[in-house]
Amino acid sequence: MNAQSTDIATYNFAYLDEQTKRMIRRAILKGIAIPGYQVPFASREMPMPYGWGTGGVQVTASIIGPDDVLKVIDQGADDTTNAVSIRAFFKKVAKVAVTTETAKASIIQTRHRIPEQPLSAGQVLVFQVPIPEPLRFLEPRETETRKMHALEEYGLMHVKLYEDIARHGRIATTYAYPVKVEGRYVMDPSPTPKFDNPKMHRSPALQLFGAGREKRIYAVPPFTDVVSLDFEDHPFEVQTFDQPCALCGAENVYLDEVILDDHGGHMFVCSDTDHCEKRRADGHHGHLAPETHSASEKMEPAE
Amino acid sequence: MTDEPLLRVSALSKFYGSRVGCENVTFDLWPGEVLAVVGESGSGKTTLLNCLSTRLLPSSGTASYRMRDGLWRELYRMSEAERRFLMRTDWGFVHQNPADGLRMTVSAGANVGERLMAVGDRHYGRIRATAVDWLSRVEIDEDRIDDEPRAFSGGMRQRLQIARNLVTGPRLVFMDEPTGGLDVSVQARLLDLLRGLVTDLGLAAIVVTHDLAVARLLSQRMMVMKDGRVVESGLTDRVLDDPRAPYTQLLVSSILQV
Amino acid sequence: MMATPLVVSDVAKSFTMHLRDGVTLPVVTGVSFSIRAGECAVLGGPSGAGKSSILKMLYGNYAVDEGQIIVQHGGGLIDLASASPRTVLAVRRHTIGYVSQFLRTVPRVPALDVVAEPLVERGEDREIARAKARSLLAQLNLPEKLWALPPATFSGGEQQRVNIARGFITEHPILLLDEPTASLDAKNRDVVVELIAAKKAAGVALLGIFHDLDVREAVADRVIDVTAFAAGKIAA
Repeated sequence: MNAQSTDIATYNFAYLDEQTKRMIRRAILKGIAIPGYQVPFASREMPMPYGWGTGGVQVTASIIGPDDVLKVIDQGADDTTNAVSIRAFFKKVAKVAVTTETAKASIIQTRHRIPEQPLSAGQVLVFQVPIPEPLRFLEPRETETRKMHALEEYGLMHVKLYEDIARHGRIATTYAYPVKVEGRYVMDPSPTPKFDNPKMHRSPALQLFGAGREKRIYAVPPFTDVVSLDFEDHPFEVQTFDQPCALCGAENVYLDEVILDDHGGHMFVCSDTDHCEKRRADGHHGHLAPETHSASEKMEPAE
Repeated sequence: MTDEPLLRVSALSKFYGSRVGCENVTFDLWPGEVLAVVGESGSGKTTLLNCLSTRLLPSSGTASYRMRDGLWRELYRMSEAERRFLMRTDWGFVHQNPADGLRMTVSAGANVGERLMAVGDRHYGRIRATAVDWLSRVEIDEDRIDDEPRAFSGGMRQRLQIARNLVTGPRLVFMDEPTGGLDVSVQARLLDLLRGLVTDLGLAAIVVTHDLAVARLLSQRMMVMKDGRVVESGLTDRVLDDPRAPYTQLLVSSILQV
Repeated sequence: MMATPLVVSDVAKSFTMHLRDGVTLPVVTGVSFSIRAGECAVLGGPSGAGKSSILKMLYGNYAVDEGQIIVQHGGGLIDLASASPRTVLAVRRHTIGYVSQFLRTVPRVPALDVVAEPLVERGEDREIARAKARSLLAQLNLPEKLWALPPATFSGGEQQRVNIARGFITEHPILLLDEPTASLDAKNRDVVVELIAAKKAAGVALLGIFHDLDVREAVADRVIDVTAFAAGKIAA
């Protein structure tokens, strides 16, 4: 790949034309001004199918600059197809530096997870959102859901949670768990596990949400209240895991089940691959970790 | 009984282009009073009901409602947010087709509980207990609380719709042919239930029906409509036993005797 | 209590039959009489003379074309002939009771509650009202096993006794009776006569239609001849 300058086709920086980026930036600014409000925008065709993060990609393309460092995760992992492709896309069309390290990234585009390592001020988390409307499954009419947001009629959201408790004895919604932003708009945090909901609350990072197919952008500015909906007698709770990560021994992190063989062998490992690798590099190991030359046993305070 | 009405309607008209929906309707409704609006299809009774319940804006005329704080508000000058709030707290609307008034894909309990959650109740146990109580008041077994109304018979759905509307203790309920489309025996049960609830709760109601027997059983007063106009109004038994207007006489003489 | 709670003056009534080319059927005209408290007056005259229509006008069930019906109600006087529906309802609730010829039954409501209902509507405790209903139904010899059943399937006599109990349970100062004894046997007719006597003793003004001569003899203080109010020239 050394012949870039001689390529026949050249792209505008970050693929989108400047007018489109301006339009999307306006939508983003409006979203930031009205936390949790879904701003319609003229979503463009992107060189990837819907469902692959076209909304997130457009948001990233509109905010990225030459000095940015981009990290892309899919279900917490930096090395899955979706993450690899989007990272490669921006490497090619914006020639930006990329990283897998959460702390080093200035922009993190994510599908379905928020990194375990707390984000810091100046970082931007871009979510890929399939269905931005939290009321959609109970109220199919867009005209009606818009009215409900406008008039703050959110009783229906609790109907959904009520149904959960009536059917399962507890709130069984585990992902895309609805939140109320800054005491006003009810928002779908995208299909992240509810485990990550508390990380959104008063986060120092800017959180942007892009839904390409549904043509909506919304935002949570830094240090904004994000409260998960619940009942007084059935308060919001995050998932807990009864064992630590099999590779790095981390507790209180979100785990994925990995099938090891076709005899029922399996293990639970960190969904956040960067977090897991870092911990192992720091000498932590779980019960299934391959033997490493872990030197020091310096205890790093796990979050 | 208070000395003030609950609803004051003055010269209400609704035109669809040059066609008359309803024209120049004026009446007062007092707390605890049931008013039947009768007439055949196309007489404007449903247009009137939709205007009164603010589901439709009239072309002219006013309607004022005495809010719970005793203040009079003009319905058509209220903001949509206020009207919708009124609609799910102090008012009820019972549709002829229960599917129009229920959420068919959520459980009976959630259907009853929705209004409570909409006004901010956030205690599952309390919401559920209230739902159980209301289901029993409309004669639905407690063990059906987690079933969806799709699994209910027509009569049960209608009773569920009534419970869903009454759970917030409304003072005014609009009913559009509440017994339409039901079997006669189911109708009788529903009417009896409605009659009891209206008396026990002191509800005011405006009931649109083409069935004079329903009007006689439920209402103290009635208005007869034809071609969008009120042709006769008065005490229900007076209108039915001594009809004065030609059209009312025709209606009354057309009742089948059993 | 005012000695004359009901004064009727110059009342006229006709029916206009719009379905028969607007032909007008005069019923009565110039109806004038008054009823004193503690008195039972009886409307007399042949069938079709308008006795029942007069009773229905006094109850607000029929509209009045002309004249006044002055009723002592709620500490004042009101003209029932021109009163609003809401006032008529209040008069029915508190001042004028009515025992109709036929019971209009409501599906599924047991006889006991049919009888107790007027008291409950006036704000009486439901259990107290039911107790009173029980004693009245017992007095009228309605078999106890029927009390919990809706009266729709009762015989004419049984329905009428339910109807009488319903009419007599309240303490309205004016009571209108439209042939309350028509389908009763002698024993129960006597009970009704006793009930009427008790109402008279309590100062109630009663106006009734009784075709049964024995009952009429027993209860009537005075007969008001309705033929005097015949409207126009009625053939035959």
